[in-house]
Amino acid sequence: MITLQINGEKHKIDVAPEMPLLWAIRDIVGLTGTKYGCGIGVCGSCKVLLDNSPVQSCLIPVSAAEGKNIVTIEGVSENLQLLQASWLALNVPQCGFCQPGQLIAATALLDKNSDPTDDEINEAMIGNICRCGTYQRIKSAIHRTVELKKQG
Amino acid sequence: MNPIRNISRRTFVKSVGLASGGLILACNTSVFSDKESAGDKELASFNPNLFVQLNADGSLILIASRSEMGNGVRTSLTSVIADEMDADWTKVIVKQAVGDVKYGDQNTDGSRSVRYLFEPMRKMGAMARAMLITAAAQSWKVSVTECTAENHHVLHKSGKKIAYGDLVEIAKNLEVPTELTYKNPKEFKYIGKKLRGVDVEEYANGSAIFGLDKRLPNMKFAAMQRCPVTFGTVKSFDKTAALKIPGVIDVIEIPRMEKPFGTLGGIAVIASNTWAAFKGKEALKIEWNYGDNATYDSEKYMKLITENVHKQGKVGKDVGNVNKAFKNAHKIVESTYQLPHLAHAPMEVPNAVAWVQGDSCEVWAPTQDPQTARKEVSDYLGTPEEKVTINVTFLGGGFGRKSKPDYVVEAVAISKAMNMPIQVVWTREDDIKHGYYHTVSSQYLKASLDKQGNVTGWLNRFALPSIASTFSPGVDYPAGFEISSAANVPFDIKNMKVEVGQSPAYVRIGWLRSVINIPHGFSQNVFADELAVAAGKDPLEFRLNLIGKDRIEETEDPIKYDTARLKNVLKLAAKNANWGKPLPEGHAYGLSVHYSFYSYVASIVEISMPNNKVKVHNVFTVIDCGQTVNRDTIKAQMEGAAIFGMSLAFYGKITAKNGAIEQSNYSDYKMIRMNEIPKVHVEIVESAENPTGVGEPGVPVIAPAIVNAIFKLTGKRYYNLPLSDYGLV
Repeated sequence: MITLQINGEKHKIDVAPEMPLLWAIRDIVGLTGTKYGCGIGVCGSCKVLLDNSPVQSCLIPVSAAEGKNIVTIEGVSENLQLLQASWLALNVPQCGFCQPGQLIAATALLDKNSDPTDDEINEAMIGNICRCGTYQRIKSAIHRTVELKKQG
Repeated sequence: MNPIRNISRRTFVKSVGLASGGLILACNTSVFSDKESAGDKELASFNPNLFVQLNADGSLILIASRSEMGNGVRTSLTSVIADEMDADWTKVIVKQAVGDVKYGDQNTDGSRSVRYLFEPMRKMGAMARAMLITAAAQSWKVSVTECTAENHHVLHKSGKKIAYGDLVEIAKNLEVPTELTYKNPKEFKYIGKKLRGVDVEEYANGSAIFGLDKRLPNMKFAAMQRCPVTFGTVKSFDKTAALKIPGVIDVIEIPRMEKPFGTLGGIAVIASNTWAAFKGKEALKIEWNYGDNATYDSEKYMKLITENVHKQGKVGKDVGNVNKAFKNAHKIVESTYQLPHLAHAPMEVPNAVAWVQGDSCEVWAPTQDPQTARKEVSDYLGTPEEKVTINVTFLGGGFGRKSKPDYVVEAVAISKAMNMPIQVVWTREDDIKHGYYHTVSSQYLKASLDKQGNVTGWLNRFALPSIASTFSPGVDYPAGFEISSAANVPFDIKNMKVEVGQSPAYVRIGWLRSVINIPHGFSQNVFADELAVAAGKDPLEFRLNLIGKDRIEETEDPIKYDTARLKNVLKLAAKNANWGKPLPEGHAYGLSVHYSFYSYVASIVEISMPNNKVKVHNVFTVIDCGQTVNRDTIKAQMEGAAIFGMSLAFYGKITAKNGAIEQSNYSDYKMIRMNEIPKVHVEIVESAENPTGVGEPGVPVIAPAIVNAIFKLTGKRYYNLPLSDYGLV
């Protein structure tokens, strides 16, 4: 048995230790907000926070996530919620499928850097593909979140 | 016959998924479709496909019959009814329709949802408003002329006010009015304005249920290994190793169905979770009969179709005398353009949940075309369509891939064989290697110029495997719909000829966002730029002259196109980009303009090439799509189209060797990422013309504009895509 702590809740699951965290979250625990996009860590759809760092959950075996604090799109964090509000305000999503991964990557960025430059945003978000092409609005929504936070 | 009825008291209501109780209006929209012959056609029987339900609590249920895949259709269509009805947008609940002919054409492709449904949506809203006003007037015992509607209420001139919900009981018993007054477009609250998508919150908090997220009790997961060569079949297989993977339940063979949307067939691994199914698939040992398509080598094929466009082909259009024009030319320009296959690669892979129980079947799938899915499933099971329910989930992108329900049939086949609910999940590798590919093309263009630099003759000879080959195996020339966008090039040239060359298909060919306009938009726009250079003229001025005087071009389509509108979008793009003003050192502009899906789009791109790599800084896009509905959706579609167009210009290339697709994932079928994006500036022309396409027409202009900008900057012309083949990105 492996115990995962996801969004503050403990889940005991009986899976092979090498099962990627993505599939444990989606198929075993049943949280489907985290998406499968490529399975090889190049698209970012499956991003979650692992002890506050963004990771591609399709590459991380569950055994490596045990004992760590996992936050998914269904989770709660100050920056995630502020970003989600900006996503709504700027009507960011088109099909919406990649947006959980985008939001997790953006959350991780703002958790570490309260006032990122365009280049820093590019660096943080380069691992996330959006086939609909919502990048411009994602970038604007990150800037908006930063501005609103500055204004308190 | 009035296409709209009050069906509040009909038992029929339940069959369209509405609870009875409210005011329910139903409409047959087929009389509005531009597919139908216009005129006074009598409907044989009332067959409604659009429904509005207003409940006593004020909630307004609107049914979305089209699929949501980022096109914003659940918001735009419903907002038209709500606006014309003077409804409060916050009281609107959007319900997704299942796949059923009673909803009319549900196929969400061809950029036509708003185009087909704008007018009936307005009519429905106007009718509901009129009935509510009548209901209020009756209850107040006043004349309807003394009443108006505003924000979910009817108002009387005395100042009295009553909520829509409180009028439901009276309105239910009213006949629908025969004469309607529409809102003055100046009073629109939602139409032509900016509305937030109705589903954005669910997208942002992860609760939106895509096909991949559907779960049923006791549902199992399946993955399938298909033959690397299109239409190859299983010779033999060994499932021993796969069955040893923990979680794997069974391994079964699914035979190929020889239908356009039938499963390719292969070996399915059924497991208790997706990962085990994927692992089981990897562990399979399969021997294949590769079949005839194993000879397909896309590099050799490009040479073959290029030879075919360098000799005389079949004539698709012949106006004037091109040969004579060429003979009398002051200058001749000729070029050949080669574009590769593309894959759709939506972020959500093809997948579907199916549960076959006896002779019934229920499906949950991200599908652009639930009716075709229903028909395919019904055919496969040999059961009537009434026994098949297709629930449409959110689509994690479609781009044309998800209007081809082969993956739905697979889920059904496996569920039937296993007698349990099954979710079939394609791996990304499956998606890239077993698609319905955008065609591969070679195009030869030749034109003559006179001394003044006017184009006197134009020949376009192209070869590309046709989409028709997917439906009629053996078709080996481009079909009429693939010729028309070359034949209808909106240039004022007296001598014009279009020919097609032989081009058989070795993979499944399908439509991909903007379809045939990708190759034709590319060749026409790059070639026109070359002609401007040959004529020694500014590309903008040259192009406006080439389009020529204001006129309506006759085409076989029901909507004729208007060269004034085409020139207008180009002029506006030039104005927005400050065309002609000096740019920063090392920067250059390229322009492109194209008419597709009845809309007019121009883009001007600004690039630089530090270290000989293309960097796109700005894209100025202008669209004229007639009357707008949700302007923010249109803007978003143009922003997205610029990225989609850049992805295909920079990286898009699917190749085949020995019949097998060589690419496998986003690692070798690359997409534009955040660090590469330009600023996309969008202008939407204000227009009262009928609404036209939005989802696709922003794509074809991007790649040629980039290639034209590279020429402007470097003096070097690139004829083929993607640019990564030249080391330019």
